[in-house]
Amino acid sequence: MARLISARLAFALVSLLLISAVVFGVTALLPGDAAQELLGQAATPEAVKSLRASLGLDQPGWLRYLHWLGGLLSGDPGRSLANNVPVASLIGSRLPNSLLLAAVTAGVSVPIALTIGITAAMWRGSVYDRLVSLLTLSLVSVPEFLVATAAVLVFAVHLHWLSALSYVNTIDGIGQFLRVFAMPVLTLCCVIVAQMVRMTRAAVIDQLRAPYIEIAVLKGASAIRVVWSHALPNAIGPIANAVALSLSYLLGGVIIVETIFNYPGVAKLMIDGVAGRDMPVVQACAMMFCAGYLLLVLVADLLAIVSNPRLRHR
Amino acid sequence: MSDLLTSEPEAAPPSPAIRRAKRRLPLLGRVGAVIVAFWLLMAVFGQAVAPYEVGKVVDMDVFTPITAAFPLGTDYLGRDMLSRILVGTRYTVGVALLATLLASGGGLLLGTCAAVWGGWIDAVISRLLDTLVSIPSKMFALVIVAAFGSAVPVLVAMAAFIYLPGAYRIARVLAVDLNAMDFVLVARARGEKTRYIVREELLPNMTGPVLADFGLRFVFIVLLLSGLSFLGFGIQPPQADWGSLVRENIGGLPEGAPAVLMPALAIATLTIGVNLLIDNLGGLRRRTGRTE
Repeated sequence: MARLISARLAFALVSLLLISAVVFGVTALLPGDAAQELLGQAATPEAVKSLRASLGLDQPGWLRYLHWLGGLLSGDPGRSLANNVPVASLIGSRLPNSLLLAAVTAGVSVPIALTIGITAAMWRGSVYDRLVSLLTLSLVSVPEFLVATAAVLVFAVHLHWLSALSYVNTIDGIGQFLRVFAMPVLTLCCVIVAQMVRMTRAAVIDQLRAPYIEIAVLKGASAIRVVWSHALPNAIGPIANAVALSLSYLLGGVIIVETIFNYPGVAKLMIDGVAGRDMPVVQACAMMFCAGYLLLVLVADLLAIVSNPRLRHR
Repeated sequence: MSDLLTSEPEAAPPSPAIRRAKRRLPLLGRVGAVIVAFWLLMAVFGQAVAPYEVGKVVDMDVFTPITAAFPLGTDYLGRDMLSRILVGTRYTVGVALLATLLASGGGLLLGTCAAVWGGWIDAVISRLLDTLVSIPSKMFALVIVAAFGSAVPVLVAMAAFIYLPGAYRIARVLAVDLNAMDFVLVARARGEKTRYIVREELLPNMTGPVLADFGLRFVFIVLLLSGLSFLGFGIQPPQADWGSLVRENIGGLPEGAPAVLMPALAIATLTIGVNLLIDNLGGLRRRTGRTE
């Protein structure tokens, strides 16, 4: 098992390295000149040249890449072009907000999704199951901003329960916390739960089709016993895999959600970076999101290996 | 090599099996087919059908609710929403369709090549595309937009590039499986050329799954592009796809204006329609496959 795991780890690291080359290559090497763009059309050639030298743009591409990679690894991905603040401190001030949002969302959505997914698999083919399937298919195939706008319409505009915008600067007490987080979390949960329910349901149904389940049913075990003591222990691997993979959808959803609710997280930082063509910020944020994504996929892989006795004892 | 795939399955007339399948489509599948057909028609004739001129301010009020004159209300400048959505169809559907054709076509071409030639060509293509898959699609799109801007050709190329690896995987697995089948071995033993084997033996047997994958990929691309437009990095004004329509009217959200919700609902009907169509084609394909 150790060899299998180390192979996965090595593969993830190599992927991350290749991704860094792609991200840097696309943002720094191909397009025009950052110095020219910073100074505008009216800049004198001398000014552009000196800025190029101070930004290190006169060096060859591979050297700049290595320099950037080294900075990234030592926690210094450069300075923002927009306001000359170190990118590390920009991200440092936003990251806790995003992680908190992700943690709250995961904490809410995982129990809900597992309950719905497992019960839908238990009563598959029933009205309940078909309703769940139709609803989750619809939620998966609509854009996140539809869920977000619909949630705002219902809870903020019509019911006046919650405020449409969220700022995490002023949290005192649980009530405040709920009001700030409810809308973004609700929106993210809709997307994640739908994803997770579909995958959990498929994983459990896959187990329920196995011959040993048929034996358990034939020996007279009740439906709940069949699922709880026979199917679930075997489905834990696929389910954990499904949970980790679904959580990786958080990364896509969080971009839309942080924008629409004006939430001061890393995704919002990156969006502002893209709008202002602030490449150091875009590069650093992109690498962080890719690393987070690869980590979740890696965890999904490892959980599948660890929970499968045939792989575990090899 | 370009004439290897002279007949792409997307362009080929449906085989008799598929035509029979369409006729026996279940109810939900038929609903999906009607929705998809409607939006495809609107992508072509949207401009002609639109009740008002698209950029014209026709109402003194902004964010009007639904009335007889403006069935979907008006937008933040008092322009008719129905007309704007109908004209926007060509961007949402057209751009996504073009990108999907490129992604699926490219994936099919590379996948079949990798399967037929095997060896190091297969290994190199597979490794390269595997790396691309490990970048989250929205992240990659944002990086590309940051670097190259968001002109329509950039958007098409970007979406095609992001979703090509998935199409490649499907096509390669299908072609590798078929390539090991007896009837292909027989054809090889007969002395048929690679081109003949691909065109007559492999491609016709890949049509069903490749078409289903085409539909799914179309949904992903519509969602990606409208998400980008919603963030302001997609189709740029004065042109507007459905995502940009939601973005520019987001100010009407506190009033509960239909201008915000309607374009988003249009996207939802399109993507759910395609999903319903594919899901219900699947069962029929298996059934018809067994009888043949």
